[in-house]
Amino acid sequence: MTALSTYLSRDWLLSETPSSRTHAAWVRRYRGWLQFRGNGLAMVGLITVIVMIVASLAAPLLAFQDPSAQDLAGRLAPPSAAHWFGTDELGRDIYARILYGGRVTLGMVVAVVLLVAPIGLAVGCIAGYFGGIVDRALMRLTDVFLAFPRLVLALAFVAALKPGITSAVIAIALTAWPPYARLARAETLTVRNTDYIAAVRMTGARSGRIILRHIVPLCVSSVIVRVTLDMSGIILTAAALGFLGMGAQPPLPEWGTMIASSRAYILEQWWVPTIPGIAIFIASLAFNLLGDGMRDVLDPRQR
Amino acid sequence: MTASRVRQTLASVASVPLTLFGLILVTFLIGRAMPIDPVIAIAGDHAPPDVIARVRTELGLDKPLPVQFAIYMGQLLHGNLGNSVMTSHPVTEDIARFFPATLELATVAIIIAILIGVPLGVVAAWRQGSRFDHVVRVVSLAGQSVPVFVLGLVCLLVFYAKLGIAPGTGQIDVAYEGMVPPITGMLVLDAALEGDWDSFWNAGSHLVLPSLVLAYFSMAYITRMTRAFMIESLAGEYIVTARAKGLSATRILWRHAFGNIAVRLVTVLALAYAGLLEGAVITETVFSWPGIGLYLTGSLLNADMNAVLGATLVIGLVYLVLNLLADLAYRLLDPRVR
Repeated sequence: MTALSTYLSRDWLLSETPSSRTHAAWVRRYRGWLQFRGNGLAMVGLITVIVMIVASLAAPLLAFQDPSAQDLAGRLAPPSAAHWFGTDELGRDIYARILYGGRVTLGMVVAVVLLVAPIGLAVGCIAGYFGGIVDRALMRLTDVFLAFPRLVLALAFVAALKPGITSAVIAIALTAWPPYARLARAETLTVRNTDYIAAVRMTGARSGRIILRHIVPLCVSSVIVRVTLDMSGIILTAAALGFLGMGAQPPLPEWGTMIASSRAYILEQWWVPTIPGIAIFIASLAFNLLGDGMRDVLDPRQR
Repeated sequence: MTASRVRQTLASVASVPLTLFGLILVTFLIGRAMPIDPVIAIAGDHAPPDVIARVRTELGLDKPLPVQFAIYMGQLLHGNLGNSVMTSHPVTEDIARFFPATLELATVAIIIAILIGVPLGVVAAWRQGSRFDHVVRVVSLAGQSVPVFVLGLVCLLVFYAKLGIAPGTGQIDVAYEGMVPPITGMLVLDAALEGDWDSFWNAGSHLVLPSLVLAYFSMAYITRMTRAFMIESLAGEYIVTARAKGLSATRILWRHAFGNIAVRLVTVLALAYAGLLEGAVITETVFSWPGIGLYLTGSLLNADMNAVLGATLVIGLVYLVLNLLADLAYRLLDPRVR
């Protein structure tokens, strides 16, 4: 049995003659990581995203105050030692609300991605694999959803459902899946007629199995890149819905909603709406930087 | 032009009515899924049951869904989007009144975005990997990441409230309101046509901040695409030939490299223009700009369903047409598309 240290050595990870399939995969991943690490901006993005995730998970430990505890006597206070980012229009600690708001925003992003990626993959792979009338019908449906500006369609959906966080997630998901379907379809078309798919088919595998076991895994890396780049769009759409009063509802500490409810104070107490704005900007920029770096590594066509 | 190209072009035009039909179906279904009962909106909360039943029949709501859809389609074909509860005008009239302001804002914004974005992308590609290139990359990534409403609010805070060099929200100062008779509906243009230069400068100064905010939003996208196209174009063999001929750098860059990406860029610009519609919805809300975005969000908050669906449909239609134009420009103008 080989010692664990062998596997963690640079030589093993950079071996020119991998000893097994797993070994080869790890060599490829390590090379990708080295390339990614060389991109300073991408590393800034990655670290910011990690810090954000940790900070929102650890919000109860990091916040000194309850995010919904009101103190009307100390409302709209400027930043101080007691309130790092000041207090809002109801005297709530903005620092605590930003931390808890991160949970809401990241939670919405994760929920949207979990809904969108499978739907897009399923539609795209099925359309690409079967072709013909199935392809045409599904792609026409995709085009209809692509024919709307995302935010406008999301607004109409939320209006039909009822403003709130669940509706916002569903509405964003409904408007976000078409690009994934297109992507998955394009990937499927390139592998559909390859020999190994023909070989799998000859062993008697059914279509469902071929798609799930042999086509979907090949689409995953481009979907991951797309998801990361999409995160910033989802964050911005969620915040915009909140700002327009159609997303998360107060008193929930969602960043866009926080800006909407404190917008009137921008001239006198500018930090109250500005700080959540900076939070949205940093979150969305971090995902953009990360996605940009990942595209350089994972998507060979962009090189 | 080959036969297959004609066929493909026709196919892309022919797909538009189908997509449009889908779009109408989606808005119709959204309208029917609304939690607000349109009958109560018209008859009132305390209407007796027989009145409610009569209104329901008049609106055709007692018929099966496909029949209701057919009625809805029939009304649309007659240009009837119903009445707005908020303004009590037909929705089509409202949209005709609000849309020019959006067009004005979006057009000025796209011109600014092109004038800044395209040269930035070209130079960044020419000096790929340089410090300038990195700065452009960060600036355009920031443009894609900044929420438009935050940028708008911060600009108002800095340039209007603190520095006092920009006017506040709205399309024109209250003192000038209603002075210019609407011709095109685009206030700056109307003022110029009327020769009312006071109104012209006032309306023009109101246009600066919102159009800059909106321009940054699409400039980021235009710069990134221009840079990517130019890098590809500069790697072409015809560039080596041009260099060997001893042509000047400027000539190679603009005539040879840029000339080859111009058509693809037209496609990107059309898409960016369409994308501005989305940014306009938020920008208009922040700057109280009386365009279709403000109309849409105002109607949403008042649960004015005819107005919401009408505005959504019109925005979708404009978006669809711009996408089609982008597609056609690409197919018809670029000789490399087979």
